Amino acid sequence: MNRYWNEYQKVIADNHFFYERSCIRQTFFPGSEAAFLRILREELDKDIFDDFRQHTCTGIGYHSDIVPLETTMTVVARLFSLMTEHGYKNYVPSCVTSFGVFTEITHMWNEKPELLEKARENLWKACKREFELPENIAHASDIIYKFRNELAKKMKYRLVNRFTGKPLRVVEHIGCHYAKIFPDKGVGKAEFPYVLAGMIESWGGEVVDYPERRHCCGFGFRQYLIQENRGYSISNTKKKLESMEPYEPDFIVSNCPGCSMFLDRWQYTISEMEHKTYDRDGYGIPVLTYEEMAGLLLGYDPWELGLQIHQIQAERLMDKIGIPYNSKEKYRAASGKILRNPEKPANLLT
Amino acid sequence: MKKTAIIGAGPAGIEAASVLAGSGVEVLLFEKSETPLSNLKDKAFLFPDFSAASDMVSELEDKLLKDNITRCFGTEIVEIKWKGTEWQLVSGKSEAWYADSVLIATGYSTFDARRKEELGYGIYKGVVTSLEMEKMIREGNIVNGHGDMPKRIAFLQCVGSRDEKSGNHYCSKVCCVTAVKQAIEVRKQLPRTDLTVFYMDLRMWGQGFEEMYRTAQEKYGIDFIRGRISEAAATFDDRVQIKTEDTLLGMPLRTTVDLLVLMVGMEASAGTRTLGASCGIGGEYGFIKTISPHLYDNDTGKPGLFAAGTCKRPLSIWDSINDGRSAAIAIKDYLDTLP
Repeated sequence: MNRYWNEYQKVIADNHFFYERSCIRQTFFPGSEAAFLRILREELDKDIFDDFRQHTCTGIGYHSDIVPLETTMTVVARLFSLMTEHGYKNYVPSCVTSFGVFTEITHMWNEKPELLEKARENLWKACKREFELPENIAHASDIIYKFRNELAKKMKYRLVNRFTGKPLRVVEHIGCHYAKIFPDKGVGKAEFPYVLAGMIESWGGEVVDYPERRHCCGFGFRQYLIQENRGYSISNTKKKLESMEPYEPDFIVSNCPGCSMFLDRWQYTISEMEHKTYDRDGYGIPVLTYEEMAGLLLGYDPWELGLQIHQIQAERLMDKIGIPYNSKEKYRAASGKILRNPEKPANLLT
Repeated sequence: MKKTAIIGAGPAGIEAASVLAGSGVEVLLFEKSETPLSNLKDKAFLFPDFSAASDMVSELEDKLLKDNITRCFGTEIVEIKWKGTEWQLVSGKSEAWYADSVLIATGYSTFDARRKEELGYGIYKGVVTSLEMEKMIREGNIVNGHGDMPKRIAFLQCVGSRDEKSGNHYCSKVCCVTAVKQAIEVRKQLPRTDLTVFYMDLRMWGQGFEEMYRTAQEKYGIDFIRGRISEAAATFDDRVQIKTEDTLLGMPLRTTVDLLVLMVGMEASAGTRTLGASCGIGGEYGFIKTISPHLYDNDTGKPGLFAAGTCKRPLSIWDSINDGRSAAIAIKDYLDTLP
């Protein structure tokens, strides 16, 4: 296969990162960001700072025309001021939309320095803070991509079906705001982003190239924020699931909060509405974040990674890879108490 | 006898060589390939009269059978230098020749469709270029990626031309009519295959072109849809799913075809770029720049250095032949001024 797009690489910082968490990922995938920090600190011995004073980037509000641009710039400026205060220059957002916002705002500031000056003025008026622009902005998935081969050496498991010996077939889905706004800011650019594909290949899997690979996951803000539009959201997801179904993927991996969420949860909704599931046996296709994928292969506890929070359960996937898990611990809360099992869906097997 | 070196044995270079040799000029004809007319030999039939390209190849090759034309094929000229009274030509093997004047006729190369990744060339079996389609037409073997007869074929215009992403803002001039010609040829060989041409606008600039376009629709039942294909992807059974918009109806369109033919545009060839840069006459997009497109379209502004054919811009075959002839007259006028 021709890999012309492999030539599209980007500069990704090597160490000393300022981490910015996502507004929604900690709810959707509560173990992913913790896993990212653990991977960087414990597996890669990197310095990454996680500031408890951080806050939204306004991304969803900005893209929904609720938050004005000037406000977004001031909020971004405050986040950069936290990075500056701690002496960091490499900014790493967890969320793809945040990555898009930071890339776009810094691009605007570079093109129009008067906007940068205005943001500095607004920030000073608002909270008497100052900031420097980051030297490097990389999405958290870029960092894992950069060190994918180093991580591969530490992994206990590979993306291989232990029963057949064949690579697992993995659908990768890239958030729109990763490379569709500024293609040259994404590894592999917008047409064939390589950031997740690179991880999958390095870790033994096989990327599924299906017709609707680039299609929206259904998280388009205007599709789901307005309840009346949610039919558009689920129809986009359905189109993707139908397109990937003949390839019988073992799981889906994404680098975007919304993509992972909607590709996972809408499978339940479709199964309730149409009695349709997208794997042969009726369990649905598991959807992982890239941190969860990496964490599983590194041997992290699947329940600490938060896999039980997903709609489509991952036990069958773990069985294929050969990852052990303790079913009795699946719903143990942080308090130590075992929670009761969630209600089972009517049509999706678990 | 005055001597002219011609670099490139395509239609323009051969026509110029023939005219100059007929005027008593000694001609050194350089060609990097072992044989002349390699681009023309790729063609099956020529628009708008559907004459066989092989007939034109024979006629042009016959024009080289003159005593005062020395063929230096398999020789790539990489540098041209003005030495005060004459031009020195240096090959890649550091051999040198001298001439009173030089005609650059180094032609074009086709756009590398891999640069438009979203169209899947080089990735999916069912995506081919217009060059590959021309070969299939010539060999009477039009097949999809599995060697089967295609039931649906789409042609996409302007691949690498009039395109912001590839950086080629210019029109390649011949792709519109070539797609119409190829679709008709395919229809003749595969009467039951659905054929659709996707276009931005059809530039039927030449004599007989508009009639061809009308005939393609009325007699051959070929569909024309105004819209660009934004994305091509392989389906599970190795067909090609395309996404586009019918901009006349204002409707998005998603369909599947057995073969997607990319009408690849013209770019300055590597030789054109090298010599243009080495002589300081490189223009936009790597093509050779002449003094004026009106009265002095073969003159480069350097004494005795001329250009003809598609090294200047995309041209049809007949444009190139006429341009080679025009360059020969300009060169003869120049040589007559020399002592």
